[in-house]
Amino acid sequence: MSDILITIDGKQCVAKEGEYVLNVARRNGIFIPALCYVTNCSPTLACRLCLVEVDGKRAYSCNARTKEGMSVITKTEDIEKERRAIMEIYDINHPLECGVCDQSGECELQNYTLEMGVDSQRHCIPDTHRPTKNWGLIHYDSSLCIVCERCVTVCKDMIGDSALKTVPRGGTELDKSWKDNTEKDAYAMWNKLQKSIIGVASGAETLDCTFCGECTAVCPVGALVGSDFQYKSNAWELKKIPASNPHSSDCSLMYYDVKHSSIKDSQPKIYRVSSDHNYAPLHGAARYGFDFENIIAGKDEKTFAEAIELLKTKVDTIAFDSFITNEEALILQKLKEKFNYRLVNDDALAYQKFLKAFSQTSGVSLYSGDLQKIRESNFVVSFGTALKTDSPNSGYAMNNALLLNKGAGLYFHPIADPIVSAYSKNLLSITHKVGAEEAIAYLLLDLFGDKAAMPQSLVDYLATFHTMSKKTIQESIKEDVKEMVKDEESGEEKEVIKSVTKMVDKEIDIDTNALLELIGAEADLSEKIEKLLDKKDSFSLIAGEDLYRHPRAENIAKLLGFIEKYTAFNVMIIPSRTNTLGVALICALDEQKGSFTLGYNVKADFTLSALGNGDLAMPALNQQEGTFTSMNKRVVPTNAALAFKGYCLNDIANVLGLESEWTIDYTQELPLSKGYESREFDTLPNTFDNSGYENRGYLLNVQSVTGQEEVEPLAEIAVFDSVVYLANPVLHFSAFTNKAHQLNTTGALYASAEFLEANNLKEGSVVHISNETGAKLVVSVQLDAHIGGLIPYLPTFDTKLDIAPLFNNGYRFAKLTIRGVDHE
Amino acid sequence: MELKDFNNRNIAPGYIFFEGEKAPENGWQIFKRIVKRSIKGELFVGLWIVFREMIRFDIHTVQYPAEKLEMSPRYRAIHKLLRLFESGNERCIGCGLCEKICISNCIRMDTHVDERSRKVVSEYSINFGRCIFCGYCAEVCPELAIVHGSEYENASEQRAHFGLKEDMLTPLDTFKAKQQQEFPGFGALSDNADEFVKKTPLAY
Repeated sequence: MSDILITIDGKQCVAKEGEYVLNVARRNGIFIPALCYVTNCSPTLACRLCLVEVDGKRAYSCNARTKEGMSVITKTEDIEKERRAIMEIYDINHPLECGVCDQSGECELQNYTLEMGVDSQRHCIPDTHRPTKNWGLIHYDSSLCIVCERCVTVCKDMIGDSALKTVPRGGTELDKSWKDNTEKDAYAMWNKLQKSIIGVASGAETLDCTFCGECTAVCPVGALVGSDFQYKSNAWELKKIPASNPHSSDCSLMYYDVKHSSIKDSQPKIYRVSSDHNYAPLHGAARYGFDFENIIAGKDEKTFAEAIELLKTKVDTIAFDSFITNEEALILQKLKEKFNYRLVNDDALAYQKFLKAFSQTSGVSLYSGDLQKIRESNFVVSFGTALKTDSPNSGYAMNNALLLNKGAGLYFHPIADPIVSAYSKNLLSITHKVGAEEAIAYLLLDLFGDKAAMPQSLVDYLATFHTMSKKTIQESIKEDVKEMVKDEESGEEKEVIKSVTKMVDKEIDIDTNALLELIGAEADLSEKIEKLLDKKDSFSLIAGEDLYRHPRAENIAKLLGFIEKYTAFNVMIIPSRTNTLGVALICALDEQKGSFTLGYNVKADFTLSALGNGDLAMPALNQQEGTFTSMNKRVVPTNAALAFKGYCLNDIANVLGLESEWTIDYTQELPLSKGYESREFDTLPNTFDNSGYENRGYLLNVQSVTGQEEVEPLAEIAVFDSVVYLANPVLHFSAFTNKAHQLNTTGALYASAEFLEANNLKEGSVVHISNETGAKLVVSVQLDAHIGGLIPYLPTFDTKLDIAPLFNNGYRFAKLTIRGVDHE
Repeated sequence: MELKDFNNRNIAPGYIFFEGEKAPENGWQIFKRIVKRSIKGELFVGLWIVFREMIRFDIHTVQYPAEKLEMSPRYRAIHKLLRLFESGNERCIGCGLCEKICISNCIRMDTHVDERSRKVVSEYSINFGRCIFCGYCAEVCPELAIVHGSEYENASEQRAHFGLKEDMLTPLDTFKAKQQQEFPGFGALSDNADEFVKKTPLAY
């Protein structure tokens, strides 16, 4: 698509050809009212407010595509009259409960009603009883709903759940007499409004989705709100603290909405999380898991002194997880340099090694993909990750690409995921064998690799998987046969051509790819992919957590490097925890623990913890300011929403001789050699521009790396039958999400209905899980309706379940024996 | 809230420091200051008026506490929270407008959703140490729920004794005895309010 010039209200605007006029106007700061349009989603045309005049003709700017030289007028007398009429219709029977409504003035219905100057009402129709619905975390007050369908649109186009749809309202038919004295578009809108209301797509009583809550974020009125927030506070009282999602590596922009706790308690409290819904979708854990703060009474000087003493004498290892800021990671690294501590973080170490092996063959220090690139591509492949739960935002980007770019995609995972599979009919879900990721990487290279540029040895190796055979099939062909026909009337002979279908034997070449069988895919997969690839020109690949601790991780990483280099794919390697990428870049990590370990949010001989269960309390991520390195390779700032009265890591470092007043003084010291910039924390922006540009922090610089282009051949996969996966259920990422009051739950063995049936288990039955080395776990079983297949999974978010021994080598698939416990 | 507000880590911003009056340097300057501060001509004006009125023997003083003044409805004393005349329910819907408009920022309320899915005000407080009795809260209240009382006898150990919901809300027994009166002061509808309203058509 090329750049063109269009004129909006006399202003010259640069646009891409075929872009929507509304988006061009917004980018250029020209206001066009619109209720139903959500950026990055398909136009709904429900509200008709974005009516404009394009070259003298009426058009809706949300779905009018730009053309060279087009002239748009956003306001004429006629259009203003139409818009006023539309707002008048929206106000019919809308309850006048603005005083108690949770939207409390941040209401687009209210804004546009005032904007269009609606001060009286000409129309009337009997109201329909519309009861409120409680859908778990989400509350729907249908009497406030104006059926703009933003929720339906965002759920389908952005999130991919498609859990909402419009259902019949059962309202009174419009009297035809209204048609004559109502403006055309207003009448059409009214006619539709009077017929529909929002309902659960499955027809069930309650929502059964992944509860991202994005529908509550996009709702322009107070119809969809978080159940927990209902009637708790007015929006204007809440102070918005800009932050980044602390639970997963998308680090999306979000705001903690903070106010005093109550009349009696003036301490600030987080009431909800809000977001910039046009640009950054949030997943449910970010939206509902906000109150994981560590509240303590004051500084525990005695334990602090003890920690310092231990650090000076006994401690030789610091173990930590990746739910920390870049600055904290740097403090740990500096402590390591000064005191020679070992830094142990299994998850970041695996990622670090993976990235290193990746850059060996790709030739660049970082992967090229990001969420925006995925959203812009039209062929997306995901492998090595349970996308829906590991990185919901990558899933949203994939779904968005599939739906809006007429895209297609492949989803490789051993566990079938009905939610991901339902993104699009052009998404091919391949439920492959456990451990087959290496073969998949080879397959992707084979299918998409530029064979001319690839090293010859690799091309030859890939060729060994192919066997050509000849097969005779019968094919129907059409043949033209000339016939002489005598015209009966005139008696003339005419030549007529007739088409005859004939069956012919034909010999064709069949190319059998042995990789397909190794993966466990059907033999016609290659053809199916071939079909999906029609008219596709931009490619994204999502690689995830299953790969980093795969027994063949290093080789897979190298193959991914080749894919990055020799295919059209932009590869994104999802950092497994919030700041895994940051830790992997900043810290020099060690393999083995020493004799005495200090744990930071990890249980150890002496534990610093933000979870409230350690020896010395530390601030949680919503009580800290600092930066994260997101999966978009962006260093994004996060601010402290709540105060912390105890000590933080910087206090410890200061006593140990690192001089720095604030933790964020380290922001400018982040290692330049790893692509960071020397920028002060306070200069980092954290917003989205009107054009949708992510103006947050800064992008890491990517460096070129010289490495060896060598990979090992495919190793055989050890087939094991009874497999358990290590993953968290929807809405959970870590012990921090489980601390939030809306998400708090008990961990279980999550299994599909199929698994329960096959093993004669019921929801709630207790099972005994053990492995070959004798590690055991007794846990109840819970049904997860959003997975399929026979592989259940165990979560990490519940600290009461000690699952680490069961997955002792860190690989997410473990061979475990599951046995029902008899109650005698 | 903008980014720059977060960047200001100074705990008490906005203080303005000024030098103040120059301190006297010697005894003569101290003496001059004492005389300047203590002897003013206005003192004698006041004394003369008191003396003049005393010798006229025509005094209009109200004989408080035996006699009390009838206050104008526009008088703004300690607030009251009223009940609905029909049902006796609290009028306050918890919209928070009084909280928002309060220029001395002394009103706070806690709200929640009750079992009938209604918004209820669980606690309401006015900090009378800060309240300047401007009347904005009563004027902005869409339900005429918070109004100013005319009770001016507010002697107590603490001003806070009047500031909670239970202190301001019309007690049920007073309400049942029909002693709650409609408030005619600030924020009440004018007598001809109907003339200014355009009726919305109804389809029933």
